[in-house]
Amino acid sequence: MKKMFLDGNVAVALGSIRAGARFFAGYPISPVSELAEFCSHEMPKAGGIYVQMEDEIAAIAAVIGASLGGKKAFTATSGPGFSLMQENIGFASMAEVPCVIINGQRFGLSTGVATKPGQSDIMQARWGRHGDQSIIALTPASVQECFDLTLEAFNLAERFSSPVIVLTDATLAHLKERIRVPDPAEIKTVKRKEPQGPPEEYKPYQPDERGIPLLSYFGSEYILKVTGLVHTEKGNVSSDPGVCASLIDRLERKIYDYQEELPPPRYYGEEKAETVLISFGISARAAREGMRRALLEGISSGLIQLQTVWPFPEGAIRRLSSHASKVIVVEMNRGQVTREVERILPEGVEVNSLLRADSEVIYPREVLEKIKEVQ
Amino acid sequence: MDIPVRYGDYIDWDQLPHLWCPGCGNGIALKGVALALAELNIPLHKLLLATGIGCSGRAGNYVSFHSFDGTHGRTLAFCTGINVTQPDLKIIAFLGDGDCGAIGGNHLLHAARRNLNITVIEINNFNYAMTGGQFSPTTPLSSITSTSRKGKAEYAMDTASLVAEAGANYVASTTVYHTSQLNNFIKEALLTRGFSFVEVMSSCPTYYGRYNHIGDGPEMMKWFKEKTLPRDKYEKLSLEEKQNYIERGKLVQRNREDFLTTYKKRRKK
Ligand SMILES: Cc1ncc(C[n+]2csc(CCOP(=O)(O)OP(=O)(O)O)c2C)c(N)n1
Ligand code: SF4
Ligand SMILES: [Mg+2]
Repeated sequence: MKKMFLDGNVAVALGSIRAGARFFAGYPISPVSELAEFCSHEMPKAGGIYVQMEDEIAAIAAVIGASLGGKKAFTATSGPGFSLMQENIGFASMAEVPCVIINGQRFGLSTGVATKPGQSDIMQARWGRHGDQSIIALTPASVQECFDLTLEAFNLAERFSSPVIVLTDATLAHLKERIRVPDPAEIKTVKRKEPQGPPEEYKPYQPDERGIPLLSYFGSEYILKVTGLVHTEKGNVSSDPGVCASLIDRLERKIYDYQEELPPPRYYGEEKAETVLISFGISARAAREGMRRALLEGISSGLIQLQTVWPFPEGAIRRLSSHASKVIVVEMNRGQVTREVERILPEGVEVNSLLRADSEVIYPREVLEKIKEVQ
Repeated sequence: MDIPVRYGDYIDWDQLPHLWCPGCGNGIALKGVALALAELNIPLHKLLLATGIGCSGRAGNYVSFHSFDGTHGRTLAFCTGINVTQPDLKIIAFLGDGDCGAIGGNHLLHAARRNLNITVIEINNFNYAMTGGQFSPTTPLSSITSTSRKGKAEYAMDTASLVAEAGANYVASTTVYHTSQLNNFIKEALLTRGFSFVEVMSSCPTYYGRYNHIGDGPEMMKWFKEKTLPRDKYEKLSLEEKQNYIERGKLVQRNREDFLTTYKKRRKK
């Protein structure tokens, strides 16, 4: 273990390399340009490759290609680039290609404010692609979590044979904190299994008991057929309604049915609190401090900090807020997670939110004021 | 694994019949690929057919080796990641004219510029066939298509010249009528280290042939025979005469270092 003083961008990149990533493709964009720069010199030192592509469509495509070549691979971008990547992220879900996409969220739609933070790509991360599917999205709130959750993202991508999205933001990307970086020997990494048995009988999309396929790689003696068209277990094209239905069902359930295995929400503050905050990412830092000040003033309060935002951790949130009469969602957008919370909590729980969508972060004093306001 | 010596070993016969129309050129081009592979004795698992989306894009389903069928236009971007992580794999990208000339035009230029170790076979049937015969960037000026009923008003794109200009190591163009030239070009392209590109002008009797009153498969073959000229003969024509012909032949053959080799050398410094 080593203590290091890093920013969120570098912690993400280092977490990726420690997770075994050996390929990065990207296109420069604020606030993650430094992440790409770091990869351009560190990836080759680790025996990997950095490629600067002609745009973000190409960047995510190259990442998917590298993963099908048998390497762990990732890209990093922000709003405009994340929008461009959507079609190919959908392809990765359909073709079940493990890969990691970092979205350092910035303020606003379109070009927005390139240098300032936002948390308004939550719904885009979930629903940005056409067609039914499931996706995993993680939301680190500190530089330590940038390292830990990115590492976990690679493990989840391999375990679920799926793209995994990590949502940071412009503040976290440039925030410097002291973190614990475990030595490579202390790190548990997951790598997809190798197919076994006679190569002639190999079916890349034959699922195991958890609905996960076993992809070989291009160059393997186990011949791999990959397509974004609906396909059979062998990977051959099909439009048979039965094949369509079972594929779509499996793609959704292979993640939904095992969501309890994803990084669970953290809980801070008073157990069985009256007022429970729900937050994620950089906003959760302010929420935690605001909640601490409320406790000092004798207000019964707690915080649920989401580490996984998709699939939305419904069960855990219901459990952790079961004693609360009031909930306050704290987020830097116009209420994207608030909607989810309203959808899942039983009637009778009052759902409030503290929203900020002006390119500034939320401050602890605003959180404290909000807690007092709803009492 | 056994090394196949017959072109048929590279075809997945269980997937036939294919979905291509009678008289379509896609099968001739795919056979050209399979013949070259058999001649070069490349083992199946060392081969990838990466296709675009379109009629030509269905080719991957009919081969017995690795295949990849991604999103429309992006094949060469996917192949960038495949090439650098699997440098010993022979990558053949089988792309439509719309796929690599329109939506994927930028990726085509950059893949050629980077000099990736990939062979592109462009199936240029002068239209977007899969979606119903609309004009594409390579459709000749004045041609009739489902979106240019009175004749295309845009000039045509010469993909082969663009790729040559962008830096490819090997560029040639021919037609599905000139099969021995086709097979030879594909073989030379596969033997090239770095980026190679073979434009195959291909018959689409269902759309381009029908709309432009060229006729069925055999008539389109005749059209290719009469309408195309070897590059040296074409160059001797006057500007006016050139409008009546399409050139074919080899454009470029050179030996620039491929991307991965240069990248690795640089990183060692
Ligand atoms: C992003 C996107 N836009 C449009 C389409 C619809 N589409 C499918 S194939 C095709 C054109 C194919 O033309 P070409 O590449 O020349 O292939 P051909 O069918 O002629 O072989 C189009 C536009 C698509 N699949 N994806
Ligand atoms: S529509 Fe044209 S290109 Fe497509 S299969 Fe038929 S003949 Fe071939
Ligand atoms: Mg076409």
